[in-house]
Amino acid sequence: MMTSNTHTFRRALFDLLSSMRFAISLLTLLAIASIIGTVLKQNEPYVNYRVEFGDFWFSIFEPLGLFDVYHSIWFLLILAFLVFSTCLCIWRHFPGVMREIRSYRDKASANSLRLMSHHHEINQPLEQEQVCQHLTEHGYRYRLRIDGDATLIAAKKGSWQRLGYLFTHSAIVVICIGGLMDGNLPLKVMEMLNIKTAETRNVPQSQIPEMSRLASNNLSFRGNVSLSEGSSASVVFLNSGNGYFVQELPFILKLNKFHIEHYSTGMPKLFASDIDVLDIKTGKVIQSGTIKVNHPLVVDGVAIYQASFGDGGSGLEFVQWDLLSNAKSKLAAQSQTELALTAGQANYRLEIGDLRPFNIETLDKTATTGDTSAVAVSPLQTALASAQSVQGDRNVRNLGPTIQFKVRDDRGQAVEYQNYMQPFIENDSSYFITGMRREVASAFAFTRIPLDQDMQLDAFMRFRSTILNEHLHADITKRTAAKALKAGGVSASGEAQFAEIAEGVLFQFSQGGFPAIESFLEKKVPQAERQVVAQTYLKILQSAAIDAMELAQAQAGLPVTPTDNMQYRFLMDSLVATSSLFDYGSPAILQLTGFNEVKSSGFQLTRSPGKNVVYLGSLLLIIGIFCMFYIRENRLWIRISPHSTLIAMSSNRKTDDLNREFAAHIEHLAPNQQQAPL
Amino acid sequence: MNSLSLKNRRFNTADVLFTLFIVVTALVSWQKYHSFLDYYEQGILIGSVAGLCWFGWFWPAMRVFFPVCGIIALGAIELYAGDLSRGQTEFWLKYLLSSQSAVMWMCVLFFLATILYWIGLLRQSATALSIASGLTWAAAGAAMISKLVRWYESYLIGADVGHIPVSNLYEVFILFCLMTALMYLYYEAQFAAKTMGAFVLLVISAAVGFIIWYSLDRQAHEIQPLIPALQSWWMKIHVPANFVGYGSFAIASMLGVAQLLSARGILTNKLPSYDTLGEVMYKAIAVGFLFFTIATVLGAMWAADAWGGYWSWDPKETWALIVWLNYAAWLHVRLIKGWRGDILAWWAVIGLFVTTFAFIGVNMFLSGLHSYGGL
Repeated sequence: MMTSNTHTFRRALFDLLSSMRFAISLLTLLAIASIIGTVLKQNEPYVNYRVEFGDFWFSIFEPLGLFDVYHSIWFLLILAFLVFSTCLCIWRHFPGVMREIRSYRDKASANSLRLMSHHHEINQPLEQEQVCQHLTEHGYRYRLRIDGDATLIAAKKGSWQRLGYLFTHSAIVVICIGGLMDGNLPLKVMEMLNIKTAETRNVPQSQIPEMSRLASNNLSFRGNVSLSEGSSASVVFLNSGNGYFVQELPFILKLNKFHIEHYSTGMPKLFASDIDVLDIKTGKVIQSGTIKVNHPLVVDGVAIYQASFGDGGSGLEFVQWDLLSNAKSKLAAQSQTELALTAGQANYRLEIGDLRPFNIETLDKTATTGDTSAVAVSPLQTALASAQSVQGDRNVRNLGPTIQFKVRDDRGQAVEYQNYMQPFIENDSSYFITGMRREVASAFAFTRIPLDQDMQLDAFMRFRSTILNEHLHADITKRTAAKALKAGGVSASGEAQFAEIAEGVLFQFSQGGFPAIESFLEKKVPQAERQVVAQTYLKILQSAAIDAMELAQAQAGLPVTPTDNMQYRFLMDSLVATSSLFDYGSPAILQLTGFNEVKSSGFQLTRSPGKNVVYLGSLLLIIGIFCMFYIRENRLWIRISPHSTLIAMSSNRKTDDLNREFAAHIEHLAPNQQQAPL
Repeated sequence: MNSLSLKNRRFNTADVLFTLFIVVTALVSWQKYHSFLDYYEQGILIGSVAGLCWFGWFWPAMRVFFPVCGIIALGAIELYAGDLSRGQTEFWLKYLLSSQSAVMWMCVLFFLATILYWIGLLRQSATALSIASGLTWAAAGAAMISKLVRWYESYLIGADVGHIPVSNLYEVFILFCLMTALMYLYYEAQFAAKTMGAFVLLVISAAVGFIIWYSLDRQAHEIQPLIPALQSWWMKIHVPANFVGYGSFAIASMLGVAQLLSARGILTNKLPSYDTLGEVMYKAIAVGFLFFTIATVLGAMWAADAWGGYWSWDPKETWALIVWLNYAAWLHVRLIKGWRGDILAWWAVIGLFVTTFAFIGVNMFLSGLHSYGGL
């Protein structure tokens, strides 16, 4: 009784696990899990998730493995069940399928043939030979059986259709096995058993303990390493949850040179790395080559891919302008390093980021192109006209190299900068462009500082130091007042008062630029007059700027530049820049003057022994699907009795094709024969 | 019905002529260009001869379609004479044959075809349906010509810019219209059921609407060079294979809509029978499933070259898997459980939403490696 029950239970379990219902449920689960994995960004640093979801949800999501769904235990379990269930399904159906493929079903009786939906009976025996010839002609194989006084010709075609089932289902299993070979299941198990642990600290590679290192004979891995030009590595890093593992390589990878090319539109055209692969023991070159995106190099079963690129620590030369003392000095540094920066009493850290040699920018199509005389065209017409040509006329230009860096004060507050090396030219004037931001998320606020004829900041810095120097204000305003008197702008009696006002304006300006003047006006001048006074102040400041420049030139022992339009614009731009620099956040301006670029290249290295297994499975899958849908298994029976013939046909798919073919066979075998009365 | 099966269709004169035409074309190409072709490309040339001959034999209409499109495209190339700016000055190029003009003609013809299919369906007018069918053929021809001419135009922009026009969302939408229309025309002829067109052309018209907006509002028609990740010959086969899949799933879903309406007494007498719609829907999904599988496998092989692994659970890959699982389940319940009727129709309609998300939604809402067709 007991055994029988167990037996029934086992039978039921077997039926359930090998059933299609179960398989479809698993597929549904798999699909849902996959959707979660695509909606939730996978394998981000854990900090990001904490910020996004908050501690509460993080503490729920993290143990569920939602941050790496596809490698979580439960996901692998679903896959395992799917493979298991598919295996059982194959096991269950294999004998039947093989029987079907072999059998001709020649045991069919006349009655069973008459029960088929496609059958036809005529009152005349057909010529056996003629029938067989017809069958061969149409690709049927047949078997004859004598059944009493009748001969049954059982024919079939397209039995391979049945193999489609076996092929597709075993393909699923084969693909999963291949995937498993390339997966990190062994590593997961070792992690669970505490044999290996992921490293979470940021320490030099050589100091990472054995617990977090994987030997070079590891069956499969997929890791990354970034190399500067000229450097080499014998390990790659594998991301794992919140940390990483160090995977030893069976060779040394050396980057000689990284190449990057652009199209004329500024889009990247080529990323390529010239590499050497060295023997791990002797250091001799085993293989050399160039790898590109889409063209990996396979060495010793390890495929080396071009994955990313960047700055690899370039030599940089700066001119440093101290904004307090206005002193000019040279600074040599390297990108991606830190150094101390002293200005006055305060100490700062200069954290140099990446050098970017190209900054290609797409400018909008200028609206003024084409004839302006034309009658106003509707936007639709413009769009239609531009839709005719497949060649865009976008303006692109290379703004040249930039350097990004942070200046951190002793309280740990950092301000980030992005400075362009090349002058930015607009309306024949040249500018030095520096961008500043206090928060990583915000955009850079750019300041344009006008350059002198030598494309240097010297003239501007002379101007700035003069106009901000309170001791020189009296001197400047005296010149301004004298000029105003000469031009008849003020009367002789008003000259002193004018000078006094001008000095006041300069004082306010030297305290905080235009915003300082504005707040001064807000405090002291009634609102009704504010606009007029502001205009006057601005004019005074503009005139004083000319004199400040003249004074600065004189003090430096340099000739005075005549105040033409160019010079005037230079001065106005200098006023704006001086005002902006009050909120610059850095004690110095760093102007990049030269660099020696060293690029870095990011590589992905993989060993995936399961790849060919997966491809085999894929091939099986495609052949299987083809067999299932495009080979129709047809069976024909022609039962020739002495006085009648019974023709029946069946197919694994009840489609219109069957009706058509059946009719065609009848037409061919027994033309103009009436259906026998039943 | 004279032919029992493919195996027994005899070669007729038209087949012989077509084969001859293809072989001669290939020989001329070989003669002129074989020094530029590497071994792969020589193999592909020989393979395409075999493929085209088989295709023309399998679907006789292609014996006319391919040569006509090819000759017109060659004519356009001749008119260009190696100078892209002639597209704006040469009359035939400007108004008919430059790729953008051909696309605009395609759009117009598809819209007209849709309207005529509906007139034909509602008025039960065989004439309107025949004209609609003709317009769809013309639109498909325009799409084919635009693809061929655009391919050439891309090389006129720059030798390093030239590439097959299946590299961004704009280009693949035209491919989608082409594939869907051709597949539909095949079923229309095979099942002698032209009224299905009213529904299938709706989804094509939607795609055409998108193309027009995308081109006029976003200037998406401009030919852009290929970024390094796309510089691979896998693209030439992965993308078209995918669009056979998308196209047939779209057809299946529209037939699902027709079937659902028919079951509710709407247009029941005017549409093909409920079972015929179901049958065509099944055939479309079967062919789509096969090609989608091939496309996904090709995609995996490409990924193994470009991204360092054949499967990275990238959102696009994952959604391709979801689409695949969806239709695998659909086919299982139809073939093995023997399901028929409304539920499969509903499922096919929902399937289009899943497919559309995998096709466009992933690019719009999810980030990943496969971000070549962002809006």
